[in-house]
Amino acid sequence: MLPLPPAGEGWGRGAVAGDTLEMTQTFLSVVVAKQHNAILIHSLDEAAVQAGLSIGLPLANARAICPELTVFDADEVADRKTLEDIADWCDRFTPLVALDPPYGLFLDITGCAHLFGGERALLQIVSSALSRRGFAVSAAIASTSICARTLTRQTSGKIIAEGEEAEAVSPLPVSALGAGDAITAGLRRAGLKTIGDVASRGRHEITARFGAPFTTLLQQALGQGDAPISPRKPPPDYIVEKRFPEPVATDTVIAMNLSALAGMLVTAMDKQGKGARRLEASFFRTDGAVRTIPVDTGRPVTKAEAIDRLFRERLDALNDPLDPGFGFDLIRLSASRTEIVVQQQRDLDANVHDNDELSALIDRIAARIGGKRVVVHLPEDTHIPERAVLSVPAQHHLAVAAQAAWPERIESEPPLRPLRLFEKPEPIKVPFATVPDGPPHQFTWRRVTHAVVRVEGPERIAMEWWKPNGDGPTRDYFRIEDEAGLRFWIFRDGLYESEPADAEGEPASIRWFVHGLFA
Amino acid sequence: MSTARTLATLRGSIERLEQGAAHDLNKIALGHAAADSVLHGGLACAAVHEVFAEGHQSAAATGFIAGLAGRVSPRRPLVWVRQDFSEIESGALSMGGLCELGLNPRLLVTVRAPDTDAALRTAADALACDALGAVVLEVWGQARQLDLVASRKLTLAAAASGVTALLLRVAAEPRPSTAETRWIVRAAHSPPSAPWSAWGVPVFDAQLVRNRHGPVGRWIMEWNCDECLFSEPSAYPQPLAATPAHRPHQAQAFAGQRRAS
Repeated sequence: MLPLPPAGEGWGRGAVAGDTLEMTQTFLSVVVAKQHNAILIHSLDEAAVQAGLSIGLPLANARAICPELTVFDADEVADRKTLEDIADWCDRFTPLVALDPPYGLFLDITGCAHLFGGERALLQIVSSALSRRGFAVSAAIASTSICARTLTRQTSGKIIAEGEEAEAVSPLPVSALGAGDAITAGLRRAGLKTIGDVASRGRHEITARFGAPFTTLLQQALGQGDAPISPRKPPPDYIVEKRFPEPVATDTVIAMNLSALAGMLVTAMDKQGKGARRLEASFFRTDGAVRTIPVDTGRPVTKAEAIDRLFRERLDALNDPLDPGFGFDLIRLSASRTEIVVQQQRDLDANVHDNDELSALIDRIAARIGGKRVVVHLPEDTHIPERAVLSVPAQHHLAVAAQAAWPERIESEPPLRPLRLFEKPEPIKVPFATVPDGPPHQFTWRRVTHAVVRVEGPERIAMEWWKPNGDGPTRDYFRIEDEAGLRFWIFRDGLYESEPADAEGEPASIRWFVHGLFA
Repeated sequence: MSTARTLATLRGSIERLEQGAAHDLNKIALGHAAADSVLHGGLACAAVHEVFAEGHQSAAATGFIAGLAGRVSPRRPLVWVRQDFSEIESGALSMGGLCELGLNPRLLVTVRAPDTDAALRTAADALACDALGAVVLEVWGQARQLDLVASRKLTLAAAASGVTALLLRVAAEPRPSTAETRWIVRAAHSPPSAPWSAWGVPVFDAQLVRNRHGPVGRWIMEWNCDECLFSEPSAYPQPLAATPAHRPHQAQAFAGQRRAS
């Protein structure tokens, strides 16, 4: 990735718009991409610009101009990934970071700048930190995101106070608006060279010629109306964080700080009677990498020890453990989803206590092995055996499952459904069945032959043909006991001589399956 | 409460009165008179019980352990921890089947552990939670991790919280452990009747091979789905229990007692 157009951070107080591209020390390098069946220059470095190359020039022409050219292939996926990594890093300044592909970022720094010593200092911190990592940065702060972005296209480091946008933007060329090649060329042809020229024309003229979206863009650049940015993540409800002048790397220190943060978070939530349903711990490494670890809970958590314990379980069980590298310089704990906690009398009502304990246990297990692995079961309204039960995460459905309406069993009847059910029925070999529609006399399952002693059935279950993709052969289920007393639930797929037919309409061979085992 | 269940409870309490204070009161009668008397009133709560079965007998063992769990904690939540592999090998626990046995699927929380280590750790965690009634740990095959140390940990956790631990060991050989009782369960064939008549309730051939506080034995048990309780099967020829090698034969022991008194 090479610079030019230099990228900026679009900032507002508003946004900071910024384009960041990696600079390489290589002399005269360009990145090329295939467009319209020609290999064109996608981006290029400062030296290449001075040699007279420009974006959009075919590679062959470029080689003719400068034979000693280093050429790289464009990798849009990697570019995007880099931009997202930078956005992750920018999370340390504000929770509201939006992408402006391909090179830009918007940071909404409303109410954040004073934490870093004011707008000027913040701009300086961001620009220098990114420059140090080898990116070409162009950043600006303005009241609207589009205004900031327009400024970054031309100069870097501008801070525009509210109300001065039009003045600042007017002398800039129309290409800085980023309205697309067709519109920019159209404006040039009309003799409108700067944004000020365009703004001086009547609005209806511009709209009639270039469309309403362009007019809106122009107005936003002039500070008359703001385009909302779409942040990558919704801002969390509560954030607590700790910055370290000296990066921390040892597990014990990290754990200690995390539990201190948990205490602070709980205090903050407690004031408003809230409890956390989803927590995120973010670890900002000194080299810019950010690792975020989320933990979900079934009930709003209001205890610092519980939060601490959940994160300890989670960190313990990580597949790729937290890598401190050269240390973390910022640890942040945020509650991204919170709920109002209903206070309940605990001491007298044993049920409340039990429910709390059970959900705390489920949260802990889920933190360690994953929420989808701890399930409760809900009945489904169908008679297809394998679909009769829905397994849902226990964290979110514990209360529903406790009230679920399961079909009542019939008094004094032996079990009609097996205790263990195979998710996929297993095929069995049946040598012959004496009566065409009858049960087998013996069958082979998992290489063991079972002689049938007792049979009950058939119980005929037709597929749900009224549903999309619900059609299938009717099944005849038999409950079978073999000579050892093992009890099976087997079925024949399809009715004899009617349903299973091959392409020529001949009856296909009958298949048998074992679907479950009775106790 | 039905008569049979009342009867079983009363039998248990009479048993306890007869035994005196030597045994803790925290026992749940299974309902099978002979087994209850050997267990001095029933299955001990807050302890570890193991149920072993061969691979193809997994369903019977599951039924037996579900019955034990149902007896121990009919109203409190039940956590069933199992490995992913055991679902492939012997099928998932079916809620319909659980309902048919007279148990309550609303109280069940299933944990699908990826491996034995995770299953063991989850079970130990769950055992520490006193809101539960019982924890079933289902492990397939000879698990190296489930050694004497692990078993001791489970026992201590169970004793501290009062939750009963039930270990379902399919396709495994019994190894030394701190379990209170150890059972080997097989499916028993239905009572003899006409071949066209329906087979009835689940019948188990349950062999008690270890009992820390009493003799062992082998019985045919029937699970009574309506009463939620084990019972002697009606009209079923009882197999003769093999005399355990390390304990005196029951009849001899009684004869000795009589002589002494």
